[in-house]
Amino acid sequence: MTDRPANDQVPLASVATGEVTADETVSPGSRGRSPSQILWLKLRRNRTAMFGLYTLAVLYASAILAGFIAPYRYDDSQTSAPFHPPMITDIHVFDEEGALSRPFVYAIVAEDPQLKTYRYDTSKKYPIRFFVRGDSYHILWLIRSNVHLFGLDDPGRIFLFGSDIQGRDVFSRILYGAQVSLSVGIVGIIISTAIGMLVGGIAGYFGGAIDFVLMRWVEVLLAFPSLYFILIMRQAFGRGLSSTEVYLIIVIILAFIGWATGARVIRGMVLSIKEREYVLAARALGYSDLRIIVRHILPNTFSFVIVTATLSVPFYILGEVALSFLGAGIQEPEASWGNMLTAAQNNRYLTDFPWVLTPGFFIFVAVMAWNFLGDGLRDAADPRTLN
Amino acid sequence: MKTFLIRRLLAAIPLIIVVTFITKAMLVLSPGNYLDNLRLNPGISREYIERMQQVYHLDSNNVFERYWHWLWPALRGDFGYSFLKDAPVWSLIGERVFNTLLLTGSALVFSWGLAIPLGVLAAVYHNRWVDRLSGLVSFFGLSIPSVFFSLLMVLFAARTGWFPVGGIHNQVMWGVMTPWEKIVDTLHHLVLPTIVLGTIGMAQYMRQMRSEMVETLSQDFIRTARAKGLSLRRVVLRHALGNAINPLVTLFGFSLATLLAGALLTEYVFGWPGLGLLTFEALENKDEPLVMATVTMLVIMLVIGNLIADLLLAIIDPRIRLE
Repeated sequence: MTDRPANDQVPLASVATGEVTADETVSPGSRGRSPSQILWLKLRRNRTAMFGLYTLAVLYASAILAGFIAPYRYDDSQTSAPFHPPMITDIHVFDEEGALSRPFVYAIVAEDPQLKTYRYDTSKKYPIRFFVRGDSYHILWLIRSNVHLFGLDDPGRIFLFGSDIQGRDVFSRILYGAQVSLSVGIVGIIISTAIGMLVGGIAGYFGGAIDFVLMRWVEVLLAFPSLYFILIMRQAFGRGLSSTEVYLIIVIILAFIGWATGARVIRGMVLSIKEREYVLAARALGYSDLRIIVRHILPNTFSFVIVTATLSVPFYILGEVALSFLGAGIQEPEASWGNMLTAAQNNRYLTDFPWVLTPGFFIFVAVMAWNFLGDGLRDAADPRTLN
Repeated sequence: MKTFLIRRLLAAIPLIIVVTFITKAMLVLSPGNYLDNLRLNPGISREYIERMQQVYHLDSNNVFERYWHWLWPALRGDFGYSFLKDAPVWSLIGERVFNTLLLTGSALVFSWGLAIPLGVLAAVYHNRWVDRLSGLVSFFGLSIPSVFFSLLMVLFAARTGWFPVGGIHNQVMWGVMTPWEKIVDTLHHLVLPTIVLGTIGMAQYMRQMRSEMVETLSQDFIRTARAKGLSLRRVVLRHALGNAINPLVTLFGFSLATLLAGALLTEYVFGWPGLGLLTFEALENKDEPLVMATVTMLVIMLVIGNLIADLLLAIIDPRIRLE
């Protein structure tokens, strides 16, 4: 896991450029556009970055709509079908006579409960129905519904990505797990960016003893391996908490560690920005220090902050995965991509039922998409790249 | 040189104190302690538990007091007795440190050994297929979660049988092996964890190496050297590489913490008996003396690693003087 938020490569030159550089460097056609419009225009031309953006849009939309897309609830277990192999390749479109029919699957029959082998009962067909009624769910705590994108008539079961040790649908659990694993990144980055900007701003603006103390603290956070810090801090909260509490604890711990990198660079930027004339003007007008920092100085670090934040999201996603994988994060029966992987720690499960690794693939895709987008944003925010 | 070393080591003392203090504070805040497990065991007498509570000052919830009771003996080299392993802490740590160093060391050799040549090639053949390929590899390495990668490797080992699925040596045959066989066996177990841990670092180094090299190759002294009629090979290896490699050495110092954090997960999945796995077990069981000792060892390893990075930089770059 845990790359520290890697932002030392963000070009400092791009920082605090504001309109000045925009006017100087961008072709005449884009004159009069705001810096964020220019950023967006440059980003749109970057194919990998846009690919990352679209991938993320799909992933996050699926996470929000998890209840609708998933045919079953995350804790809905079919005890007679543990470790059923993925059925995604066993969806039939042609019936026995070879004629085109609506997609269907055959009924599952357990062959050997010890070895967990299954066969299909080809005499019983279950057509895949769309917009069927099933378990009720919420979308974003607001919409309540029981209509699912697809499903089978009872007692048929469809395990697109296979089932886990308790016969729960891996596909559904991945969707519900995405709600945890993907949102940790967003919530965590919002908190830590806020802390990082404020601490960096205060340290850079006031200097002196405040600066010294805050920066030594940042150095401690940066020097020590983050995962150890996370595990040690996790200890303080004990076990047996509800999953909401654990979720909050994970986000807080990750944000508490993650702000350090950003704070250090923002401090450096504030050091130079505070010497500008408009800051002097703001001071002469008698504005309070906090107002000057928050309203006048920090907005100039905006492009840097956006790039760093995007590139650091994987740190949070991977942090949650690591914690849950090690058993210190989200607990069963709640699903997260990390705790779903715990099953793969058992060598027999891993070799006989390799589909327990599916969540890992999704972590990989999500992290890569964030990296693509972050890289694209960094190039777009760099005034040296024109076209 | 000597003053530099002394000053750096002195500067490390506050770091060690702060980190160990935070660790102690978190352990004190944490509900329950190791003795709770023992209380459930009817075979262990009340008096014994009471005495342990006294000896380790577990009845006090004052963080400063508890920290002092750890620090004072620790300064004199007494790190206490591990509840979990039932042995003096020092006797447990030495071997684990060696194992972790073996793993991280070989991962470093792996990642540098691949990153530098690939990065140089990618820069020299800018925007050609070597560059594209290495870009792809580095994106893969940066994005793959080490947990997932480790598990994939275990699956690979189990399916092919080419490599052991975990551990550090063959438990059954270890006793009857000759020293040479022991080395070969350990190396055999080392291959997969090294690949996992090394790939993650490699991606980062390779990107840095490539961008530094591209930057260096565009400078005037390189053009001069080429104009003099020197071969591309000589220019790249003798003139450019030495200049381009500096930031990489600095990066090495920074990435040590990442490496050790990554090592924890890799050790966990592969059952590699290193310091990371030991720390994790100790934390899980609230084995305070053991946690404190492993954390201290980690910080010391980091400080020494950073020091080595600085010394390396001074050796490579004659412009840097250690004062």
